[in-house]
Amino acid sequence: MHSDVWIAGGGVICGIGNNLSECLMAFERMEPGMAHMEYLHSVHRHTFPVVEVKASNATLAGWTGMSEKISRTALLSSVAVQEAWKSTGLGDISQYRVGFVSANTVGGMDKTEDFFADYLQDPSKGHLSQVVHHECGAITELVADAMGIRHHISTISTACSSSANALMYGSRLIRNNMVDVVIAGGTDALTRFTLNGFNTLMILDPAACRPFDDTRAGLNLGEGAGYVVLISDALAAELPASHQPWCRLSGYANANDAYHQTASSPDGTGNFLAMQGALEMSGIRPEDIDYINLHGTGTQNNDSAEGSAIARLFAPHYPPVSSTKSFTGHTLGASGGIEAVFSAWAVKEGVIYPNANFSKQMKDVPFSPVTKFSAGNQLQHVMSNSFGFGGNCSSLVFSKNEQS
Amino acid sequence: MYIYIQGTGCVSPQETAAGNTFPAAVLPWEGPRLKAWEPDYKQWIDVKLIRRMSRVIKMGVAAAKLSLQEAGVEIPDAIITGTAYGCLDDTGVFLSKMINQQEEMLTPTAFIQSTHNTVAGQIALMLGCHAYNNTFVHKGFSFESALLDSIMILREGRSSSILAGAMDELTNHSFNILSRFDLYKKEPVTHEQLLKSTTHGTVAGEGAACFVLGTEKGPNTKAKLTGLTTLYKPAGKAEISPDITSFLAAHNCSQEEVSLVITGRNGDAAGDEWYEYVENTLFAGKPVAGFKHLCGEYPTAASFGMWMGNRILAEQQVPAAALLKGTVPDQIKKVLIYNHYKQTHHSLILLTVC
Repeated sequence: MHSDVWIAGGGVICGIGNNLSECLMAFERMEPGMAHMEYLHSVHRHTFPVVEVKASNATLAGWTGMSEKISRTALLSSVAVQEAWKSTGLGDISQYRVGFVSANTVGGMDKTEDFFADYLQDPSKGHLSQVVHHECGAITELVADAMGIRHHISTISTACSSSANALMYGSRLIRNNMVDVVIAGGTDALTRFTLNGFNTLMILDPAACRPFDDTRAGLNLGEGAGYVVLISDALAAELPASHQPWCRLSGYANANDAYHQTASSPDGTGNFLAMQGALEMSGIRPEDIDYINLHGTGTQNNDSAEGSAIARLFAPHYPPVSSTKSFTGHTLGASGGIEAVFSAWAVKEGVIYPNANFSKQMKDVPFSPVTKFSAGNQLQHVMSNSFGFGGNCSSLVFSKNEQS
Repeated sequence: MYIYIQGTGCVSPQETAAGNTFPAAVLPWEGPRLKAWEPDYKQWIDVKLIRRMSRVIKMGVAAAKLSLQEAGVEIPDAIITGTAYGCLDDTGVFLSKMINQQEEMLTPTAFIQSTHNTVAGQIALMLGCHAYNNTFVHKGFSFESALLDSIMILREGRSSSILAGAMDELTNHSFNILSRFDLYKKEPVTHEQLLKSTTHGTVAGEGAACFVLGTEKGPNTKAKLTGLTTLYKPAGKAEISPDITSFLAAHNCSQEEVSLVITGRNGDAAGDEWYEYVENTLFAGKPVAGFKHLCGEYPTAASFGMWMGNRILAEQQVPAAALLKGTVPDQIKKVLIYNHYKQTHHSLILLTVC
């Protein structure tokens, strides 16, 4: 039970890059990915910018070897999973006991929407092939089957904190010696369902989002997938010098705000409890955190609650903080996985990511986000926050390889 | 470390929510769609909230409240749910309006309640519970993943009572669409005939079952959750037997010690062959009980099976309506639940009397 869980690698695809190195380039060049919709068909095309992956389903299918007719959610997942696995150098996947824990929020909804348009006209109409992968779990299985993973497969859906919880569950599977390796993270494609849902909540910014800025007016939706490869102590000890783990997943916690189905409590109770719990598990103090990858959606409510919780926990020593959603948009069920890859890489390479579009400090928060990219910093511990609907709040802590 | 079942609650097509015991008589049904028998939710939920809640939320909250009451636990140390389909009704409402109204003039309520973690979130909100909260949405493994997460967290030793459960609802849309996948019986069928059927297809069901699991016995504890495992897409029946044998061995249980096998028979000829094979090879002569003629088939139906297994251990008798073959021993000590969903998602749950 006391064994460590290591990050052996990671993969990501989102609106600022089709792999990790393209994303890093976008951060360095200060190039956020907000644009008009190109692949999503919605009447709101000219109203709300989104952060789409700049590739058609046919292109994604070509990269992955999957059918272009399946849900974009599965295609995105497959791209990131393949990059994550390749980055570890672990080789033939069939020689390990492997788990796949993937999160998403709406499964194959992109296809279900098309099905439903025909079905509502006539319940005997609509191609069943468009709804056969509607369930969240079906997306996970498409990718698991393509990868040849069958030891343990699961899917988590806790809204915007989904994939952070996938990392926690994956970690437990390793600590309980059920598997040696877990590919953990999440995926979500843009859908009209989510775009219109967030629009009814009036939290979509018609301009580029401005997380942790006093002038912020909402979030931009994005899409993508992000996965880390978690491995056991025993497997980490066998890795060659050329493929040492990026870092450890040293702490995590999940707490519930229990305040409102969609809104965060003003003082960010759930956020505070999640961050505090993760620090406790890591066995470190707030001042040991060297960078926080914020949840930072850019909504009035989230950033105030998260800011208040950070102020309460970290005052007076605020580490550098930033929201990478100012580049990637809010990728919902994928965000915790994408940001886990960024955070784990941050520990490995000492990267602090910039917060785009920042101009004015929030009145109710005593700190501002970092606005410039930097690498080569000495980062011992990096925290990643993911908070969502249903009061679901999760925090992860990634730490340098040497035990603290 | 033992894991005890401290309390249970179940809303199902049977009157399981009425007294939290096994109902004296089976509620008969006809045709391929079983609907949950719904209790008076006012005993647990504010009337104003009830009006806004879809059935899956109400069923989930009721099952949760029943299990907490039986356990004598006010606020659990974690809330973990499993749901394959999530909040289908609210999803269907928002999706239909979005399409019919060309994405204009939509209201947020259905969208807010469509997310898969709505039930777990609502339970936390009603209890004021800030603890760990998670939702698994993996088809026929949704319930099993929720149980496994609970077991692993209890083993970490910092939690004493966890609320774990599963819930799935059937809606008109989902029943229509699932029917088009040819899952259900075409011919008329009753609860007495279903499990003897030799034709293709089963009947659709729904429900919610919750369990308070803890590291100590509660005032109403009657059974332990001894083991749980899942098998994804086993190559064939020959692969399942050694898996069951090694599962039992891992929990220090011989085949002889199993007092009763509960299988997930659902009347679909091809699917039931798995159960038939296991009953005849590994457990020849053992009494066998079934449950899907009582609750219907759905991806989290194993939760009803576990609820029934716990009741059987508590009452030390198998309801006549559930017993399919064999003679039940005087003392029922260990119950093995073997279930599969559509032959791809297999699970084993072992319960032991306290």
